[in-house]
Amino acid sequence: MKKKDLKSEKDDIEKNNNEEDNEKDNEEDNEEDKDTYLLKLYVAGKTPNCLKAFANLQEICKKHLGDQYKIEVIDLLENPKLAKGDQIIAIPTLVRKLPTPIKKIIGNLADEERVLVGLDIKKSIH
Amino acid sequence: MNENLRPSNTSNILEKSLTGIVGLDEITYGGLPKGRVSLVCGQAGSGKSILSMEFLVNGIKLKDEAGLYISFEEKEEDIKKNMYSFGWNVDQLIEDNKLLLEYFKIDKSEIEETGEYNLEGLFLRLESAINLINAKRIVIDTIENLFSGFNNEAILRSEIRRLFAWLKEKNMTAIVTGEQGTNQLSLTRNGIEEYVSDCVIHINRTFSEQLSIRRIKIIKYRGSTHGPNEYPFIINENGISVLPITSVQLEYEVSTEMITTGIPKLDNMLGGKGFYKGSAVLISGSSGIGKSTFASTFANSNCERGERVLYLGFEESKDQLIRNLKTINIDLKKHLISGQLMIQMIRPTLIGMEEHLSRIYKLVSDYIPHVVILDPISTFNSISLKRDTQSMLTRLLDFLKSKKITSIFTYFQKGDESYENTSMDISSLIDTWILLKNIEYNGERTRSLYIIKSRGMAHSNQSREFVIGKKGIELIIDVDNRIKIKAKNIYEKKRFKK
Repeated sequence: MKKKDLKSEKDDIEKNNNEEDNEKDNEEDNEEDKDTYLLKLYVAGKTPNCLKAFANLQEICKKHLGDQYKIEVIDLLENPKLAKGDQIIAIPTLVRKLPTPIKKIIGNLADEERVLVGLDIKKSIH
Repeated sequence: MNENLRPSNTSNILEKSLTGIVGLDEITYGGLPKGRVSLVCGQAGSGKSILSMEFLVNGIKLKDEAGLYISFEEKEEDIKKNMYSFGWNVDQLIEDNKLLLEYFKIDKSEIEETGEYNLEGLFLRLESAINLINAKRIVIDTIENLFSGFNNEAILRSEIRRLFAWLKEKNMTAIVTGEQGTNQLSLTRNGIEEYVSDCVIHINRTFSEQLSIRRIKIIKYRGSTHGPNEYPFIINENGISVLPITSVQLEYEVSTEMITTGIPKLDNMLGGKGFYKGSAVLISGSSGIGKSTFASTFANSNCERGERVLYLGFEESKDQLIRNLKTINIDLKKHLISGQLMIQMIRPTLIGMEEHLSRIYKLVSDYIPHVVILDPISTFNSISLKRDTQSMLTRLLDFLKSKKITSIFTYFQKGDESYENTSMDISSLIDTWILLKNIEYNGERTRSLYIIKSRGMAHSNQSREFVIGKKGIELIIDVDNRIKIKAKNIYEKKRFKK
């Protein structure tokens, strides 16, 4: 996806509209093929914010990613050592492990628009 | 304070945790508040991290208290490297589970915020790290990095407040560092000092005459008295040294033992035996009058009696000094070889006063001399403010006296300077003061010597003429003798020519 963006930047402005349309098509094809979103949601127990974050995330994924996603919930109360790997400071934190690069969103994911921006999903829906 | 007013139950008194940092424990009267959070703030590069690291390392060494170091800025490897440079055996401490370094990365560029959150992840990580090594001391360096990592300041502030309370609850002796911004009105960039109620220490770094001066000040210390001033400190290869001025105490033991000046007739003028052991002697005079010669004569006679002498020169090179003294039959080289004498030449302009002081402390502590000579101390006036020079010399004198080391200071007196002004206001600390003076009379320059003061002994009020000849310094008691010596000198000169 990122590569496509860079490519389109290099292209002429005239071609831009067509290119974007193509990109959208390609993107959908790719997702069906291999672009599964691997998402890790770090929580600490069942606090209201953590529950909210999980509910919000499920809703957004269903709506925008079809079945091309996998959510893993990690409860740091049960296993605090896992916080180090992804450098978790804030709770809840959503980490997009795949596709790369890694992205992080903190908070209860209440704002759908921002979650989409944070996960880089928005562009494909554009 | 009236002893009766002190609480009888000592358990009520605030417990303190020694930092082991030279001088800091003195000005805090025993260290940082135990089980509480202290804030160390200052500009970038002022030495906050070093102070914090030393606090941890000393905690392990002195109290066997495991320490946890959290950095928001540097990776574990880099922290280690910083610690190596002070000669601390970091790897061993880590291996023994006494020290744990952790890097908490906060990269705003890869974080999006939406909705409410808290910093529970930070707490959980801290807790698991604390439990891993059973830490008693913790350093968080610098907590203000959180402000650059997260947008929601309201959440952040309440979480930091919660963190400080949490650390206290865990009974951790903590140092949190904060960076001072360009706004000098507040101690830290984000005003976190308002959350710390127990102990706030401020350090700053200024430049004077291109030399860096670091100072440390205790802003507040709840439940404890503390040194009220700004204290200079230095960072050298051993870490931090705060050098408090202790001379107010004047509590050293004095000696009644006398040691010869190396010039018998001068001994006679000083009550017959010379200087008191452990006293401070000042020799002042104009250029070329023979100050170094006097000091070296004293050094030589001490070396011959088997005492150790440390000679700190600030003007001549070592070889030059040895060569010059050889011409008057003083052989310093043999004392150097036998280890009775150590000569250190230091360029005064290269380093600041505090650095000088700490180097001299270290030299004295390592070499353990009986006599220390500083030649000349007037050089320091050229690199530093009079006030700083005075303070440094006061502390040095104090240090030497407390170790019962006899000290000789020479002072170069400018032509227009009256001797009363000479002393850089240290004359009150000097026990014996010898003034050397040139008197021009009858087409001839005559060197003369006065004893301005000499505490605790009957001393001569007369001025004495002296000559520096092949046999060293000789005082001339009567005119006949003087003529004899002169004649002898002329005779020897002639013989030499032949």
